[in-house]
Amino acid sequence: MATINEVQDAIIEEFSLFAGDREAITEYIFEMGLKLAPLAEEHKVSQNVIKGCQSTVWLVADLVDGKIIFSADSNTGITKGLISMLLRIFSDRSPEEILNTELYFLEKIGMSGIISSQRSNGLTAMIKQIKLYALAFQAKAKANA
Amino acid sequence: MSNTLDIQQIRAQFPVLHQEVNGKPLVYFDNAATTQKPQVVIDALDNYYKGYNSNIHRGAHALADKATQAFEETRKTAAKFLNAESPEQVIFTKGTTDGINLIASSYGRQNIQAGDEIIVSTLEHHSNIVPWQMLCQEKGATLKVIPINAKGELIMEEFEKLLTANTKIVAVNHASNALGTVNPIAEMIEKAHAVGAVVVVDGAQSASHFDIDVQALGVDFFVTSAHKIYGPTGIGLLYGKRVLLEEMPPYQGGGEMIKEVSFDGTTFNEIPYKFEAGTPNIADVIAFDAAMKWVQDLGKEAIRAHEAELLAYANEKLSEIPGIIFYGTAAEKVSVLSFGLEGVHPFDIGMMLDARGVAVRTGHHCTQPLMKHLGIEGTVRASFSVYNTKEEIDTLVQGVARVAKMMA
Ligand SMILES: Cc1ncc(COP(=O)(O)O)c(C=O)c1O
Repeated sequence: MATINEVQDAIIEEFSLFAGDREAITEYIFEMGLKLAPLAEEHKVSQNVIKGCQSTVWLVADLVDGKIIFSADSNTGITKGLISMLLRIFSDRSPEEILNTELYFLEKIGMSGIISSQRSNGLTAMIKQIKLYALAFQAKAKANA
Repeated sequence: MSNTLDIQQIRAQFPVLHQEVNGKPLVYFDNAATTQKPQVVIDALDNYYKGYNSNIHRGAHALADKATQAFEETRKTAAKFLNAESPEQVIFTKGTTDGINLIASSYGRQNIQAGDEIIVSTLEHHSNIVPWQMLCQEKGATLKVIPINAKGELIMEEFEKLLTANTKIVAVNHASNALGTVNPIAEMIEKAHAVGAVVVVDGAQSASHFDIDVQALGVDFFVTSAHKIYGPTGIGLLYGKRVLLEEMPPYQGGGEMIKEVSFDGTTFNEIPYKFEAGTPNIADVIAFDAAMKWVQDLGKEAIRAHEAELLAYANEKLSEIPGIIFYGTAAEKVSVLSFGLEGVHPFDIGMMLDARGVAVRTGHHCTQPLMKHLGIEGTVRASFSVYNTKEEIDTLVQGVARVAKMMA
C-alpha cells in the first residue's frame, strides 16, 4: 500500500494535468464525489455530523486491526469529492500515521483558489475531525495496553 | 432582439461586466441579489468625493450647499420615480430591510396591540417576516400567512379569508426574489383597505422592472433598495402616506432628526428628517440619483420587454435538459428563474457554473419558510437584467446541461 505522502503526491500529479483549468478541476472533484460509496442511512445522524461545514458532512470511524477505516458522506457532490480525497489519504491507516502526517497536497494543488473560503473552513474541520479520531483511538490503545 | 434597446451599447456602460472569471468571460446572472452599476453612477460617486464632499443641511459654506442640493435632488427624483405626492414623503434608509424595520418599530409599536393580526405571505424574504414576528412577539399580536398554489402564486381566496377586522397590517412583496412571482398588489391593497388594514409593499424586486405609482396603488408604505436598481449599496427608499408618517414617532434619535434639544425634552423635526437621524450616506444617495435617471431614460417598459425575452428564452432552453425542475411558474413573473436538477444539490450546480464564469445564486435566498413549503433545501437562481444577452444564457444552459450529462 502506498504511503500517505505517496498518495498526496499522486493527487498533486493528477491535478497538475488540468493546468489550472477551473472547469476541468471542478468536474474532476464532482466526479470523484459521484464515485464515493454512500454512507448507510443509519450513520447519517447528528452525532456524526461535522460542525463548521457549509454542506452537511457525516464522518464515521472504525478501528479494524489497528487501522482506522473512515467512511463519510455529504449532501453535496463537490464536498463528496473532497471527502473522497481525504479518505484516499487517511482511511486504512494507523492512528500514528495519521497524526504524524503533514498535509501539503491542498496547498500544492491550490485548493483555496478552487473552493470558497467557507468551504475551505469546512475542509479544515473535516481534517481536524479525522485527526481527533486518530488521537482518540491512539489514547484508547494506550489505555488498553 | 425585438425591442428598441441597444444592449451592446448598454453593456459598454458597465465596467464590471468586461472581465474574465476563472478564465472565462463573466456572465452575471445574480441581478436579483444586486445589479451592477453603470459608469454614470460610479462617476457620480467619484465626483462627489473629489469635488464637493461635505456634510449636509448644516454647513454655511459652498461645498455643504452643493452637497445638500444634490442630496435633496435625489429625493425629488425618487419622489418622481415612485410618483409620490411630495419629496418629504420619501425617506432615505439603508435599504429594504431597514425600511421595513423602521415601519415595524415606529408605526408598528405605536399602533399594534394584543389580539391584532399582521398578514405576510409564504413568498416573503426574511426581511419582511422577522421584523413583523418581533413586533407580534412584543405586542401579543398574531402573524398570519397567505398560502401559495403549485405555480408559486398567492391564493387570493385564502388571502381574503385571512382579512378580518383584526387585521392591522398586510406586508407583502411586489415580486418574489426566490420565484419571481409578481403579486397582484393593487387588488390586495384594495381588499386590505376594505378591512381598515395598512399595507406595506416590499418593492425590492419590483422597482427596477416596473413603473411604481404609489398614488395610483394607494399603498400606505413602499420600500425598496437602491442597489437592486443599478444604484449604490447601503441606500434605500421608504415612501409613506403623509398622515401616517406625520403621526409616527421617530425611529432613531440623534442629530438631524431634531428641531430643538434640551435636557427637559426634545422636539422633533418634520418629515422626512424626523426619520433620518445622523449623517446619512450622502455619497450613495447622490449617486442613486444618477441610477434612477439612467433607468428612467431607458424606460422600464423597454427594460422589462428585454428581460421577458431573456426569461422566455432561458425557460425554453433549460426545459430541454433532462432532470430539470423549475420552481415558480407563475403567469406573471419578473426575470427570476429558479431551478434545480434531479438528484443534484444546488451548490454543485452553482459551483460548476462558477467554474464557467457564470454567477448565479444558490441556496434558500433568505426565504426559508418558502423552501420548507416547497420541500427543498434551495434552488439555483438565475436572474436577468437589462445588460444580459441570449448568448450568456446559452453559456448557462451549456453548464447546466453538462452537469445533467455527468449525472446520467
Ligand atoms: C424581496 C426582498 N425583500 C427584501 C430584501 C432585502 O433587501 P436589502 O438586503 O437590500 O435590505 C431583498 C433582497 O434580497 C429582497 O429580494
